[in-house]
Amino acid sequence: MANLKKLLAGAMALCMAGAMFASCGNTEEGGSDSKSNTTNNAGTNDNKGGEDGGNGGEDGGNGGDAAGDLKEDKLPNVPQNVEGSEASKKVLKIYTWNDEFKSRLRDFYPEYDKEASGYDGEKVGEHEYLKDGTEIVWVTTPNADNAYQNKLDEDLKAQADSDDKIDMFLVEADYALKYVNGPYVKPVADLGLTDADLADQYQYTKDIVTDSNGVLEGVSWQATPGLFAYRRDIAKEVLGTDDPTEVQAQLSDWDKFNEVAKKMKDAGYFMLSGYDDAYRTFSNNVSHAWVNNKMQIVVDDNLMKWVDQTKEYSDKGYNNGTSLWDDQWNADQSSAGKVFGFFYSTWGINFTLAGNAGDDLQGQYAVCEGPQAYYWGGTWMCAADGTDNPETVADIMKALTCNKDIMLDITKKTQDYTNNKSAMEELAKDFSSDFLGGQNHIALFTKAAPNIDASKAGPYDQGLNESFQAAFKDYFLGSVDKDTALQNFYKAAQEKYPELTVAE
Amino acid sequence: MKHKSISYAKWGYIFIIPFFVAFILFNLIPLVSTFYNSLFENYLGRGGLVQVGPNFIGLDNFKTMFAPETELGKYFGNTFILWILGFIPQIFFSLLFASWFTDLRMKLKTGAYKVIFYLPNVIMAAAMGMLFYTMFAQNGPINSIYMSITGKDSPYMFFDNVWSQRSVIAIINFLMWYGNTTIMLMAAINGVDPSLYESAQIDGATPSQTFWKITLPLIRPILLYVLITSLIGGLQMYDVPQIITKNGEQVQRTSMTVVMYLQKHLYSKNYGMAGALSVILFVVAAVLSLVVFYVTTEREPKKKVKKGGIK
Amino acid sequence: MAAPVDAVGEMSNSKQLLIRRVVSYTVLTIFAILSLFPFFILLVNMTRDTNSIQKGFSLVPGSYLLKNFKTVLGNHDWKMLSSLKNSLIISGLTALLSTYFSALTAYSIHVYDYKLKKFLFTFILMIMMVPTQVSALGFVRQMASWGLTNSFIPLIVPSIAAPATFFFMKQYMDSALPLEIVEAARIDGSGEFRTFNELVTPILKPAIAVQAIFTFVSSWNNFFIPALILDDKNKRTLPIVIGIIRSADYASFDMGAVYMAIGISIIPVAIVYLILSKFIIRGIALGAVKG
Repeated sequence: MANLKKLLAGAMALCMAGAMFASCGNTEEGGSDSKSNTTNNAGTNDNKGGEDGGNGGEDGGNGGDAAGDLKEDKLPNVPQNVEGSEASKKVLKIYTWNDEFKSRLRDFYPEYDKEASGYDGEKVGEHEYLKDGTEIVWVTTPNADNAYQNKLDEDLKAQADSDDKIDMFLVEADYALKYVNGPYVKPVADLGLTDADLADQYQYTKDIVTDSNGVLEGVSWQATPGLFAYRRDIAKEVLGTDDPTEVQAQLSDWDKFNEVAKKMKDAGYFMLSGYDDAYRTFSNNVSHAWVNNKMQIVVDDNLMKWVDQTKEYSDKGYNNGTSLWDDQWNADQSSAGKVFGFFYSTWGINFTLAGNAGDDLQGQYAVCEGPQAYYWGGTWMCAADGTDNPETVADIMKALTCNKDIMLDITKKTQDYTNNKSAMEELAKDFSSDFLGGQNHIALFTKAAPNIDASKAGPYDQGLNESFQAAFKDYFLGSVDKDTALQNFYKAAQEKYPELTVAE
Repeated sequence: MKHKSISYAKWGYIFIIPFFVAFILFNLIPLVSTFYNSLFENYLGRGGLVQVGPNFIGLDNFKTMFAPETELGKYFGNTFILWILGFIPQIFFSLLFASWFTDLRMKLKTGAYKVIFYLPNVIMAAAMGMLFYTMFAQNGPINSIYMSITGKDSPYMFFDNVWSQRSVIAIINFLMWYGNTTIMLMAAINGVDPSLYESAQIDGATPSQTFWKITLPLIRPILLYVLITSLIGGLQMYDVPQIITKNGEQVQRTSMTVVMYLQKHLYSKNYGMAGALSVILFVVAAVLSLVVFYVTTEREPKKKVKKGGIK
Repeated sequence: MAAPVDAVGEMSNSKQLLIRRVVSYTVLTIFAILSLFPFFILLVNMTRDTNSIQKGFSLVPGSYLLKNFKTVLGNHDWKMLSSLKNSLIISGLTALLSTYFSALTAYSIHVYDYKLKKFLFTFILMIMMVPTQVSALGFVRQMASWGLTNSFIPLIVPSIAAPATFFFMKQYMDSALPLEIVEAARIDGSGEFRTFNELVTPILKPAIAVQAIFTFVSSWNNFFIPALILDDKNKRTLPIVIGIIRSADYASFDMGAVYMAIGISIIPVAIVYLILSKFIIRGIALGAVKG
C-alpha cells in the first residue's frame, strides 16, 4: 500500500510539473466520459458548464486497464489553491451512518472498480476507486446521539467555503425532508435524471424527497411497503383459517381488526406485541402534515385514533406491553411468543422476523395487507449542493435506482425490495417464500406499494413521531391522563423545534 | 523564611502556566461563547438546518428557563436523587471494603477482589446501560428470578415505574464506581503512617475505633475528593439514564437529568437556550464545589500553620 | 489518639477475628459476583448471534464466538484494529499529559507562595464541577475553525487542564508531600524543575497511577466529542466504531458483533489497570518511607 502511495505521489508530481492544465484536464474528461448518457444533461449544470462542455467529443469505452492507468495520474487529497479544489473533484465524498449503501455500491454499481479497490465481496482495500479513477471517500458517522445528522449539518453548512466538497449523502425517511426542504441538496433534475428515468419508481418514494415546491431532491433504490405478518398456527386455532385472503378479510379495517384482537385475547393470545406496533399504519395515513403553514403543530385525528386504540389494547390486555426492539418484543416473534402478528415491511419480514422466528417457525408465518397501507424504513441518496462530481453522482443514481436489470439483481442477491415497479411486478409473477410457507409476498408488496401515501411527510416527522410515542406511553401505562400526555408531547416538541407553536 | 519564598514565586507561575493555557484555549473560549450565546435567540430550525437568529434578546432565555412550566427544578431534583441513590451505598461499601483491605489484622487475600471490583468501571457507560437493560428486561434474568421467587406469572416492568427505573440507574452507577472509590480510599489509607495503626493495635483499640479515630480523619482530603468527583459525575450524568429511560422521556421524565435536558436543546442546536442552561449549570457547579470545599476543609487551617513556615 | 484499652480477652479476640474474616469474605464474594455479572452477560452474548441475543438473555453460550470475532476484526469498513490503536494513542497520551500537568499545577499551588495563588486555586475549584457538555458544541465549532477536525489534538491536549485530577493531586500532596523534602532538595542545589521531576513525581507515583487509570478509562470510553471531531475512517476511536456497528442496517445488524466489539475494547483497559494497580501497591512502601 505504501508503495502504491509513493507511486501515486510520483505520478502526480510528474503530472503537475509537466503540462498541468493539458494533461490533468484531459485525463479528467477522459475519466468522466464513460458515463456518456449523462454528459448531455450535465451540461446544464449551473457552475460547471464550461468544464463539462468538452466531454461530449470523446468516446466512452475505456477498458478496465486504461482506467487503472489513468487513476495513477489522479492523486486524491493534494491541496491545490484552485477554487473547488482539483483534488476534490477526483474524490467522491459520501456521507453515511452505516455500511448498507456501501455494499450496494460496491456490489452493483458497474463503474465501481473492484480490482483497484481490492474488493472481493467482503474485504475492501485502503482506498476505493471508480473505474474512471475517482476515489470514493466514505464519511461514516454513527446514528447514536444524533451524531450523524450533527456531523452532516456542520459539514453541509461549511460546504460553500470548503474546497473539499461533499458529493453525496444518505438520509432516512423520517428526516429526509429536513434536508430536502433545506438549501443543501441539488435537485435530481439538475443532475440530469429525467422523469422517464424515474418513471418506474414508486410515487411514495418520490414524495418523501420532494420539497415544498414540488422539486424532487433524492432517489432510493428501495421501496419498503408494509404488511401484517401473522402466525398461521394461531390463525387456524382462533380464526379457523390461515389462508391469507380469508385472514385479510377479517383484518381489512380497524373495526374488524379490533374484533379479532378480542378473539385473540379470549383465546389466550395477544393481538400485537407492543404499544408502537401499529403506529406507522396510522401515522402514514394522516390527513395533514405535522406542522401547518403557520408553523403550528397540529395533531392529526388519525394519530389520536392510534392513541385510543392502543390505550384500549393496553387496558384490555390485547398487547404484551413491549416497546419496539425490546428483547421481549423480539422474543414475541419466536415460537415461545403468544402474539398473533406484527406490522412489518419488506426488510423486516425478510430479515428481522425471519431471523427472530428461527427454524421453529419456518413456514409458520403468513402475510396480508392489514387494515391500511404503510411503509417502514428505506434509505435515500441526495446529491449535495456544490458537489464537484455531479456526473458521477447522477450516474450512480441512475444505475442503482433507475436501471431495471441492476435493480432486479439487487433484489435477487440481497432481498431488498427494489424501487422499480416493472421489475418487481415481473418478479411477483412467480415467487414463493419458504419462510412464509410458500406464499408469494412479493405480489402483495406490489399491490400494497402503490397505495402508500407519503404526501403528508414533513421535515419534523422524526422528532415529532418519537416525542409523540414517548409522551403517550405514560398514558398507556396509566400514569397520566390523555390531556397531560398531550401537553407533555407539546413541551418535548417545542424543545426540539423552538420555532413551532401549538395550534389551538 | 519569608524572604526565601520571593525568589521561588516565579516557579509557581511557570508551573501553573500550562494548565491555564490549555484551559483558556480549549475550555474558556468555548465557555465564553456559550455564555455569550445565552443572550441571543439562536438556533437551527427544522431540526438543524435553518439558522434562526442570532437576535439579541437579553435575559429572555433565562426567563424561559426559570419559568415554572420548564420544570428546571425537577431535572435538578432528578439529578440529585439519582446521584444520592448511587452515592450513599457507594461511599458506604467503599469505606467498608477499603478498611477491610487495609486491615493488617484481618490479613485478607484481596488481590483478586481489588481487580474485580474495579472492572465494571472499564465498560463504557453506554454498554453498561445496554447490559443492564437486558438484565432487567421483561424477559431478562432478573425477572425470571423475580417471577420464580414471587410465583407471579407476569414480569415486573422495571423501566416503567419511577423508583424501579431510578434504582436500576443507581445500581449501575454504584456498580461502576464503588471499585474506583475503594481503590482511591485504599491508596489514601495506605498513605497513613502504619506505625499509627501498630500503636493503636498495641493499645488494644478495636477495629472500629481505629477506623473512626485514626483512618477517617487522616483520609479526609481524599474523602473530599471522592465526594467532589462523585458530584461532578452526578452533575454530568447522561449515558446511563439516557439508555435506561430511552432519551429520558419515560415515566414522565422522572429520571431526566440536567445534562439530558441540556441535550434536548442541542437537538436543534439551540445555542440560546442551551447557553442559558449552561450558565445556570455553571453557577450551580461552581457554588457547589466551593461550598463543599470550604465546608469540609473548615477545620484544616490549624494543621496548615505547621506547614506554613516552610514556604 | 490512643483509645482507652478495651477489656477484650485474647480468646474471644481471635474468635471474633475469624467471624469477621468469614463475614468479610462472604460480602466481598457477593460483590465480586455482582461486579462480574455484567461481564458474564457480555461474555455469553459474545458467543451468540443477533437473533438469539435479541430474544433475551440465556445462560447457555452460543457457538458464534469465532464468527463474531472474525466479523469484528475482518470488517474493513469498521477498522477495529486501527481504532484500537487510535484509542490507545489518545487515551495513553491523555493519561500522561493529564497526570503530569495536573501534578505540576498542584505542585505550584502546594509548594509556592505567590500573589495570585489563592485566586487561581479558587478559580480551578470553581470550574471543577462544570460538566463538559456545557461547552461541547462551542468546543467542536472552535476546533473546526482552527482546522483541527480529524486531529487528535482536541482530544488529547485539553486534558492538560483537568481540574479534578489537579484536585486529587493537591489533596494527595497535602497528606503525602511534606515541604521539608523540597527544602532539602533546594539546599542540595537541585533546580525547581528537576526537584519536581526527579524527587516529587516518584513520591506521587500512587496518585499518578490512580489518576492515570481513571483518565485513561474515561478517555477510552468517550464517545460524544470524538464522534464530532473524527470522521476519517483511519482516525476513529473504539466507541465510534462500536456506535457504527450498532447503527448497522437491518441486513447486517449484528448484536453479536456489538458485544464482541465491546468485549475487545475492554481488554486493553483491563491490562492497563492490572499494570498500574501494581504501582499503587508498590506506592505503599514509598508512602511509608516519607513518614
